[in-house]
Amino acid sequence: MEVLTTVSSETRLPKLEIEGVSKWFTPKRSLMVQALDNVSLSVTKGEFVCLLGPSGCGKSTLLNIIAGLTKPDDGRVLADGKVIEGPGRQRLVMFQESALFPWLDAFGNVMFGLKLKPDLTNAERRKIADEYLDLVGLEKFKHAHIHELSGGMKQRVALARALAPDPHVLLMDEPFAALDAMTRDQLYDDIQRIWMESRKTIVFVTHNVREAVCLGDRIVLMSPSPGRIQQVFEIPLPRPRDINSQELAAYASKIAAALKGTANGASSE
Amino acid sequence: MKRIAVALLFFAGLLLIWELAVRSGRWSAVLLPSPIYVAEYIWYALLDGTLIESTWVTLKRLLVGYIAGVLIGLPLGLLTSTSQFLEDTLGALALGFQTLPSVCWVPLALVWFGQTEGAMLFVVIMGTVWSVIIATDHGARNIPPIYARAARTMGSEGFHKWTRVILPASLPFLVSGMKQGWAFAWRSLMAAEIYVTILTGFGLGHLLHYGRELNAMDQVIGIMIVIVVIGLLVDRLLFSPWERFLHTRWGTNLKEG
Repeated sequence: MEVLTTVSSETRLPKLEIEGVSKWFTPKRSLMVQALDNVSLSVTKGEFVCLLGPSGCGKSTLLNIIAGLTKPDDGRVLADGKVIEGPGRQRLVMFQESALFPWLDAFGNVMFGLKLKPDLTNAERRKIADEYLDLVGLEKFKHAHIHELSGGMKQRVALARALAPDPHVLLMDEPFAALDAMTRDQLYDDIQRIWMESRKTIVFVTHNVREAVCLGDRIVLMSPSPGRIQQVFEIPLPRPRDINSQELAAYASKIAAALKGTANGASSE
Repeated sequence: MKRIAVALLFFAGLLLIWELAVRSGRWSAVLLPSPIYVAEYIWYALLDGTLIESTWVTLKRLLVGYIAGVLIGLPLGLLTSTSQFLEDTLGALALGFQTLPSVCWVPLALVWFGQTEGAMLFVVIMGTVWSVIIATDHGARNIPPIYARAARTMGSEGFHKWTRVILPASLPFLVSGMKQGWAFAWRSLMAAEIYVTILTGFGLGHLLHYGRELNAMDQVIGIMIVIVVIGLLVDRLLFSPWERFLHTRWGTNLKEG
């Protein structure tokens, strides 16, 4: 257990600082639900952090707040030392559904974000879009329509679209949850390879323990009602990690036990 | 190719039944002219230019009014989609007027504008604009919220968001709304042209009207056929490409291309 909780001795610049963030929702007029309660977390540059927890623990809400799509009711989030006021091109989001635009082809979707980036010529944009489609292995499907792509291919295009404008931070909201296991395993390899090459800061939301252990440098375990950080685990396994390996399974079972505790705690409330 | 052959065969069959009905002698040749006479009328009207000229007059009114209606309706529809207040006021007004058969604008147009091109234009715009407002509003409201969120994170805001995300995303609704607007405009213009004579130009509706006055049923039926053909051509040329685009891009099956 001590291996899991040791704090990284390496002191690097914080890329994201989440300071005492709270968020309430009012699903009905008379009902007020606290989604996040005083959550604080620091993410260093180039780190891969997984937010793990059962549904209702506020992990997606926290991601949306980091993205600038939702405002916190209390506390603040800083990116590079500046308070986040709204969405920014430095923090791109990949959603559970691909959110690709059906009126554009795969290439057009990757170009969408690039066109909003000034200081690039159109030739440069096209070259970058080609490179990223190449990176996710879809160069042959450049002009495919979105509905013709499989679920896994859609998420690859979405990944290329999020990476192409070269954001500092990539925010991923259960991007593989709707995919079949084989496609997912392939994407774990890809996302690790791409992360090792690009060293983006990634915040990855999931409820899948193995997925979190496979991808994260750190796993932030959250508990529901209200959403709080329960425990933080360091995963010092070497990369690239194989989701089916023994060591990974050992970590996963420990974290799964802790996760079970948070879920039980919530249901007994 | 097979589909075209089937269609040709079908229409040839219709003509044959028509001709046989005329030859049976049950109806007066004045009331039911032979398709040959109708074809003759169309042929000579084409040769002496009356058909081309009146088609041009009608299409010009229709196109100008329709384009104006779309240009007014699109931004208003986008506007009503953004606020509850505008939806409850302007949106309700549009919904009300859309249920009003557009022919009902003709008497008002005549009183306001007299027997002028303005009256024709007014009727066509009123036929178009409400459908377009409602379809645009509906389309913009029904965009999956995830598109808007994805666009926001990529830095798409303001004018860019409206033209590059909201409008294309609501295209399935827009196309059907614009098609409906076109149908309403086309019907109301024909009614207006039959109803009123305007000296600045004789449209197809006028030819139809005078055909009746002269008891020239070959003219009446001939013009009706021309009106149908124009309607079909517009559908093929103006709307089919958009529907095909929707079909291939969205993967929906609104209409077989």
